[in-house]
Amino acid sequence: MPVTRSEALELRSAADVVSVRQAVRTWAIEAGFSLVDQTKMVTAASEIARNTIDYGGGGVANLELINEGSRRGLRVVFEDTGPGISDIQQAMTDHYTTGNGLGLGLGGAKRLVNEFHISSRVGEGTRVVITRWK
Amino acid sequence: MDRIPILRLRDLLLVTIQVDMHDRLAMQLQDELTARISETGARGVLIDISSLDIVDSFIGRMIANIAAMARVLDAETVVVGMQPAVAITLVELGLTLPGVRTALNVDKGMALLESATGEIEDLPDTDAGDTE
Repeated sequence: MPVTRSEALELRSAADVVSVRQAVRTWAIEAGFSLVDQTKMVTAASEIARNTIDYGGGGVANLELINEGSRRGLRVVFEDTGPGISDIQQAMTDHYTTGNGLGLGLGGAKRLVNEFHISSRVGEGTRVVITRWK
Repeated sequence: MDRIPILRLRDLLLVTIQVDMHDRLAMQLQDELTARISETGARGVLIDISSLDIVDSFIGRMIANIAAMARVLDAETVVVGMQPAVAITLVELGLTLPGVRTALNVDKGMALLESATGEIEDLPDTDAGDTE
């Protein structure tokens, strides 16, 4: 799948979550997303970015503008080198949380995008990929 | 550090969120608003989110917390001006803000607060006390 452009953003502090939201918004507009689709993608990115910081101890968000055939999309890859998730199925369940959140982050983000992929190894880190097509 | 201004109008507190809030700023607003309700004896809180282009689970939780804390302090909260794209996204995210009153705009929000809290009393600006 050809990546036409990419940019890596660091995720260390709460302010970085805002930077990721703004970058995803700009890229979603460039990809020609409708306002609702922009909002869904930005909201999903905000949820995962916060998880990367709060649970993964920080990491990186990689934004990619992608083409597949005639369709355009926006993909964001979040990676951390934190403690990892031992039970992904449980982590994906609505209202399950190990922190003080609502437990809607992962499951909610999945509902807001077209493709969602999560992989994690305990002691090594977590990788979440979200994609939305125009 | 940024701060979100809280305005007092008679016995209402008005907040217009105009910046993309990071989490600490949202927490700070929650704490300050709760303190102001207690200090001023405000009967109603109106939060205008028409400038917010997203509400994620964290900001949603802050809004729900403000409404819950305000209720315990005998004040009603109404959230006004949510953009349609934000509303659609919020519901899909799984956040329905139970217990939070909403209105389409500031006018309707004020009317809702007036009916919920009884007539809004016309307190002199210098009088921070509760006349009831």
